[in-house]
Amino acid sequence: MIEIKDIYKAFGDNHVINGISADFKPGMNNLIIGSSGSGKTVLLKCMVGLHEPEKGSVLYDRRDFTRMSFEERIEIRKEIGMLFQGSALFDSMTVEENVMFPLNMFTQWDRKEKLERVNFCLERVNLARTNKLFPAELSGGMKKRVGIARAISMQPKYLFVDEPNSGLDPKTAIVIDELINEITDEYNTTTVVVTHDMNSVMGIGDHIIYLYSGKKWWEGSNKDIAHTDNKELNEFVFASKFTQAAREKL
Amino acid sequence: MFFHPLGKYILLLIAVFRKPEKWNIYRKEIFREMNSIGVGSVGIIAIISVFLGMVTTVQTAFQLVSDLVPRSIIGSIVRDSTILELSPTISAIVLAGKVGSSISSQIGTMRVTEQIDALEIMGINSPGYLILPKIIAAVVMVPLLVIISVGLSVWGGYLAGTLSGAVTAYDYLTGLTSEFVPFTVTVCMVKSVLFAFIITSVAAYQGFYTNGGALEVGISSTRAVVVSCIMILFSDYVVAQLLL
Repeated sequence: MIEIKDIYKAFGDNHVINGISADFKPGMNNLIIGSSGSGKTVLLKCMVGLHEPEKGSVLYDRRDFTRMSFEERIEIRKEIGMLFQGSALFDSMTVEENVMFPLNMFTQWDRKEKLERVNFCLERVNLARTNKLFPAELSGGMKKRVGIARAISMQPKYLFVDEPNSGLDPKTAIVIDELINEITDEYNTTTVVVTHDMNSVMGIGDHIIYLYSGKKWWEGSNKDIAHTDNKELNEFVFASKFTQAAREKL
Repeated sequence: MFFHPLGKYILLLIAVFRKPEKWNIYRKEIFREMNSIGVGSVGIIAIISVFLGMVTTVQTAFQLVSDLVPRSIIGSIVRDSTILELSPTISAIVLAGKVGSSISSQIGTMRVTEQIDALEIMGINSPGYLILPKIIAAVVMVPLLVIISVGLSVWGGYLAGTLSGAVTAYDYLTGLTSEFVPFTVTVCMVKSVLFAFIITSVAAYQGFYTNGGALEVGISSTRAVVVSCIMILFSDYVVAQLLL
């Protein structure tokens, strides 16, 4: 379980996160949603240590990540997998080398064992036989899947996903969502997904946190979201005429 | 204005020299970088070095108007100016343009495409993994390139001198071998190592702290070359003042 307690983060005079607390439970897809500039990605980066919060703490199974030294954080980071918005694959490496990279760095396995794990992960994301391709030769959806394969190669306890559907067509986006959902179930990971995609919210949102002006404005599940009377959340979720019409039919 | 970047640069270097996660991975990277920085720069260094020697010979001969000065002095001047100044400094400035801009844009692109963040998330010391092999490779390869440069420069001087008739082969070789001070080679090597460190660390610093997108990667790359060149010339003076 990941707990965040009273997190504050500012860039100069711009206060992006203003005292957010939340719990993210294992085996669940925890979604952080909100409009652009609401602080979703900054909160995610505070959780994984890419940004240092001004105040507050992040606890991974009661281990206070924010107070740890660089060396202590490495041990937690070995338990973290992350899929980035732009996939963040290493351009100079093949798909196989990308997925194998964490294994090369942190395991003492021989090449055969590592290759077996890489092939397992690539098959898991339906990308068998793409081992020798370079990221530049892959489509956006394939890059995301390789990113997922790399994220799960070390069997993480915590999975962070930043905007998994950005730049993808709706069909591919659903494939990625389903994959995240399956991996969360299979590995019992504590999955935290930052998104503003409503298909993701309705499809995999076991636990949803809505951010507004850097604060936690609403918390619930995808079953609750259609019936909330929270004005700002309704304006965000039912922004289009299509979704407004769909809501009336619910 | 000056102390903030200096502090960031020092902190980055401290992170660079942390204990590597796995030495055999770093070793592979070091050899890859040695090939890229060293072998990949032999061509350009060879071309500029030959012309440096040729120009030095012709211009020295042009300034020797007095018959009281022996023509063999041309060989000595080419040798000493090449070893002490031209080969290490001009090679370093050329490498700052070629290698420095490449390092800065490579690391800068990795920064803006979140590849460095990906390394951090995996628990890898990204400054160490990305920068240390480049520094080690440059510190090994740049002195070798400078040695090649010295040899080719002296040969270029010989070629230009004998072909143009500015100096005879005998006079040139006499000058080249007379009153040689081996300490000049030590100064040359000290400069080469220092310049190699400056080129790679300054370029890596500029790339590592790139913020934004493609435009900023270009700006970082340009800044890496400009700052490296200034630092090379400044440290050139400091080394000369301290050692000579």
